[in-house]
Amino acid sequence: MKKNSVVFMLMMSVTLGGVSVLHADEGFASWLFSVERKKGVEPVTDAIYNEECSACHFPYQPGWLPEASWQKLIAASALEDHFGESAELDEQTQQHIINFLTANSADKSYYKRSKKIMASLNKDQAPIRITKVPYIIKKHDEIPEKLISKNEKVKSLSYCEKCHKKAEKGIFDDDSVFIPGHGYWSD
Amino acid sequence: MKKYIGLIVIIGLGCVSYAQANMDDLYKYYNPQGELTFGAERGKTLWHKKHLDKKGKERACTTCHGEDLRKSGKHAKTGKVIDPLAASVNKERFTDLKKVKKWFKRNCKWVLGRECTDQEKGDILKYLSQL
Repeated sequence: MKKNSVVFMLMMSVTLGGVSVLHADEGFASWLFSVERKKGVEPVTDAIYNEECSACHFPYQPGWLPEASWQKLIAASALEDHFGESAELDEQTQQHIINFLTANSADKSYYKRSKKIMASLNKDQAPIRITKVPYIIKKHDEIPEKLISKNEKVKSLSYCEKCHKKAEKGIFDDDSVFIPGHGYWSD
Repeated sequence: MKKYIGLIVIIGLGCVSYAQANMDDLYKYYNPQGELTFGAERGKTLWHKKHLDKKGKERACTTCHGEDLRKSGKHAKTGKVIDPLAASVNKERFTDLKKVKKWFKRNCKWVLGRECTDQEKGDILKYLSQL
């Protein structure tokens, strides 16, 4: 009996040790065995990205779009006309931001939402709008227009944080949705 | 303690002179040869002047920054809150050349459809520094 428990302890520590090593590698196995499930989308950790992008809008997490999308969107020439506005950056900052986005893009993430986004896109698809990702469209298709585009307090699907109260933390579950002028939402 | 007093005074003076020099640094940056004279009145006129965008809609600096620069503004498209621009209520304003350059470039293009000249930038800074 005593011998059994020692063996059990040994096995447990090997398993746990293995999981933590895998976790550091950010591989598929780590995602599969991870004790802490990666449910939403990976939160933004980069201070420069946060400061530069949130000056004008919600700092969308890199895990919302594949690398090819970010390459198109944040290219220096593209920033001259960023959805109708100049979002030009000095070269150093632009490089920093594109590196951060492409290193953490949806195709490299093991967070659930990023996985779903990649699964909903064809290999050659690289939309520059998160709202054009099939998965995002599908997830919002039951919500009537009057609550989003015709809701003065929301205006568009682009403003994640208006309804997703934990958006900055990368949490997008139904429980954290509160539609301004309407209330909690559950489908 | 005594031996640190000198150091504290030096650091203190350093901070003061740095903070005071910033506005002058900006004027100097936009007027390196010293041939331009900047005026707050011209800056004020430019700041409030309305321009038409491609769709014929009016836009000015005040569209986003608001009429009272001691209060917060609001991004015309996204609604994101813009901190007050007046240095009297927001000490961070006009202390970072990199930021000043970045926003002049972006915002002149948005309002005027082109970059501002050094003369215009200096005039605007003169006007804003008084608020």
